[in-house]
Amino acid sequence: MQHTLEEFLRALRAADVKVSPAEAIDAARTAATVGYADRELFKDALCATLAKSKDEVVRFDQAFETFFTRAPFALGAPPPDEGEGREGGQETPGLAQSPLAQMLLKGDAAGLAQSMEEAAARAGVAEIRLSTQRSRLTRRLLDEMGLAEIEKIIANARRMPDGQGVADRLDAAKKGLVAQAQAFVERQHELYASGSGKQLREEMLAKKALNADGGIDPVDLVMMQALVKRMAKRLADRYSRRRHTANRGHLDVRKTLRKSMAHGGVPFEIEWKVKKVDKPSIVAICDVSKSVAAAAQFLLTFLYALNEVVDRLDAYAFSGRLIPVNAILDDNGVEGAILKVLQTIGFQQTDYGRALEDFVDNHIDRLDRHTTVIILGDGRSNFADPRLDLMHLIQQRARAVIWLNPEPESYWGQGDSVMYRYVRFTHVAKQCNTLGQLERIVEDVLRTYSAH
Amino acid sequence: MALTISAPAPVGSINPFASVDALVEGLGGVGYIASRRIATALYMAVHLQKPILVEGSAGVGKTELALSTARLLAQPLIRMQCYEGLDESKALYEWKYGKQLLYTQILKDRMGSALADAPDMDAAMDRLHGMGDLFFSEPFLEPRPLMQALRHDDGCVLLIDEIDKSDEAFEAFLLEVLSAYQVSVPELGVIVAKTPPLVFLTSNNVRDLGDALKRRCLHLHIPLPEPALEERIVATRVPGIEQALTGQLVAFVQSLRMLDLRKAPSISETVDWARALILLHARDLDPAMVRDTLNVILKFEQDIAAVEPQIVELLARR
Repeated sequence: MQHTLEEFLRALRAADVKVSPAEAIDAARTAATVGYADRELFKDALCATLAKSKDEVVRFDQAFETFFTRAPFALGAPPPDEGEGREGGQETPGLAQSPLAQMLLKGDAAGLAQSMEEAAARAGVAEIRLSTQRSRLTRRLLDEMGLAEIEKIIANARRMPDGQGVADRLDAAKKGLVAQAQAFVERQHELYASGSGKQLREEMLAKKALNADGGIDPVDLVMMQALVKRMAKRLADRYSRRRHTANRGHLDVRKTLRKSMAHGGVPFEIEWKVKKVDKPSIVAICDVSKSVAAAAQFLLTFLYALNEVVDRLDAYAFSGRLIPVNAILDDNGVEGAILKVLQTIGFQQTDYGRALEDFVDNHIDRLDRHTTVIILGDGRSNFADPRLDLMHLIQQRARAVIWLNPEPESYWGQGDSVMYRYVRFTHVAKQCNTLGQLERIVEDVLRTYSAH
Repeated sequence: MALTISAPAPVGSINPFASVDALVEGLGGVGYIASRRIATALYMAVHLQKPILVEGSAGVGKTELALSTARLLAQPLIRMQCYEGLDESKALYEWKYGKQLLYTQILKDRMGSALADAPDMDAAMDRLHGMGDLFFSEPFLEPRPLMQALRHDDGCVLLIDEIDKSDEAFEAFLLEVLSAYQVSVPELGVIVAKTPPLVFLTSNNVRDLGDALKRRCLHLHIPLPEPALEERIVATRVPGIEQALTGQLVAFVQSLRMLDLRKAPSISETVDWARALILLHARDLDPAMVRDTLNVILKFEQDIAAVEPQIVELLARR
C-alpha cells in the first residue's frame, strides 16, 4: 500500500494540491492510524491531513475519486464456447503456455486488471505528461501485457482446421482488452497530466499582449479573468499584512523617563516603542476608450480585485469625460462592474486634456504626499490640448506618478500620441501590455509602502 | 484564570477518542452535532498530536467546536483572540514593567544602604547583579495565553481564534509553538509543554495564511450544513421547539442561502432565529412573522430589502 499511497500523493501534486515531504509523512501516519478498511474514514482523514484550503478540498475529492475508483473490468462475456472447436482449439501452439490468453478465454477480470496494473508500472504509464502521448502509451501497455503473443496465437489458431472458434473468441476478447487499456491510459492522463496543460496555458496567457491583433480568444478571456483575480489576490495577500504593524511590545525607555519627570521621576505612564507604517494609497486613472478597449477590460478587472483589499484605492475611468468608478466597483460583481463602466463612459473619443481637467476640478484634494497615481492609457489625445500644466500639478501634489502604456515605446511619439510630452511629468512611464508586466509594476508600487 | 476541574475523567464511560463514531456520539453528548468529516479531523488531531485549523464562514460553529471539545475532554479551555498588532508580549508573556519600576523606586533607599558598605566599585556592581536578577523572575512575569497553555501539566484545549486577523510576523512566531509545543523566553530558557495542548486555530479567510503554518496543521473546512443536519442542530440547541417549526425554518433559511446575498445566514443565525420564534410563541411560519423577525437572520439592510418582497414566494416554495 505504501507504493499506492505515494502514487496518490503524486496524483494530488498533479492536481495542484501542495504536498510537501513532511505532509507525505503525515499521510503515512494517518493511514497507519485509521487503516484502509473504511473508505470514507480513510478519505476524510487524508483530506484533513493534506488539503489545506477550501479549493484544495474540492481538488482532493476529485483526485481521490479518480484515483481509487476502479471501474469494473468489463470485457463483455466471452462468446459462447462451441463444443466441436474446443478440442482442436486447445492444441493451438502457445495457447496453453500463455497465461494472458487463458485469462482472456476465461474472462478472468480480476486477473486481467492486476496484470494491467503491473504492465502499466513496467511501461511507465504514470509518467504521462501530454495528451499526445496517449496512443503511444496505450500501445506500450498492451505490448507489456503480451499482445503480440496473443496475435500470434490467433494467427496460429486460424491455420488450424478446427481452430476458428478459439480464434474468434480470442479476437473478441482482445478488442475488449484494447478498449480497457485505452480507458486505463485516459484515466492516468486525467490524474497526472490534465493540470500541467492548464498551467502551461496560464503561463502563456500571462505573457500574451492585451492589445494583440484580432483581440483575445473568448476561451482565453475567461481564463485570463481568473488569472487577473489570482494575481491581485496574491499581491493583496503579500502587502495587506504589513499595513497595521503598530505596537512592537518593547518598552521605550527614553520616552518613559521623559514622561516620569512630571511625577518626580516615578514612572506612572509607560511608553511603548511603535513602528509607523504608511498605508498604500493609490489613485488609478484608467482610459477606457476604443483604442485601448481590450486592455481596459483587464485593467478594470485588476482594479476591481485590488479594490477589495487595498483600503485607499480610488479608481477613475475616462474616455471623453472622467468619472469616479469606486461606487460601481463596490456595488457590482466584477463582470457587471466592468460592463457598467464601459456603458457609462466607454468607447467615446479620448480627450486627455478634458479628463485631466475633470480630475483636477473635482478630485485634486484626493492627492497628498502619500498618494501614488497610476495612469493607464495610450496617451493618444486625438490632437486635443493635452493640458500639460494639469499633469504638472498632479505630479507636484502626488508622491509618485506612474504611467502604464499598452503601446510599445517606439509608438509613443507617432501620430496623435503625446506620450513623450506626458513622460516628463511622470516618475515612471512603462510599456505594460501583458498581465505579467502589470503585476510586476503594481507590486513595485506596493513594496515602496512597506514598513520602514 | 486557569480553571481547574476536579474530575479529570472524560464524560461518559467509554473513551470518546477510541473511534470516529464514538467521537461523533461524544460531541453529541455535549451538544455539538458534528458531521463525520468534522469528527474525523478532530480524531486525527488527537491521534497525530497536531493543531487543527478550522475554516468556514462566520457562525458555522468553528469556535463552538473548540468549546465543545474542551467540555468533552473535561479540560480547561484557554482562548486567545487574535487581532491586528497582536504580538508576543500579549500572546506569550510580559514583564510587569510598571511593578519593576515602582519596586526600584521604593527600594532606592534600601539599595543605597545595601551598597553603602561595599568596599569598592566592583563589589557594589556584584551586589547589584544579584538584585537585577530578582527583577526578572517569576513574581514579575505576566504569563499570557500561550504560556498558560504550555504550563498546564494535565493538558488543556488552546483556542487561537481568528488567526487570519493577526500579522504575518505573529504567524511566524506561532510556528515554534505549534510544531514543537515549546517556546523560547530569553530570560528563562525554553519552556516545553509536559502534555501538549490540543490546539484549535480558526480562520475566517480575511487573508490567506502562510504555507508554513498550514503545513503544520490539519485542515478542516466547515461548510454550511445540509438541511437534515441543520434540523438536528436546531433541535439540540433550542430545546422545546416543535419539529414542524424546525423543518419550516430550516427550509426557509436553506432557500435564503440560494439567493445572492451579501451575508448568507449561517447556523448561529438559524439558532438565534429559532430562539426568537420560541420567545414570540410562533407555532408555524407565516409571512408577517418572517417579515418582523427578518433582522435576526439577515445582517445587511440591502439583504433585507432584497428578501422582503420574496418572502411569500420563498415560503410557498417548500
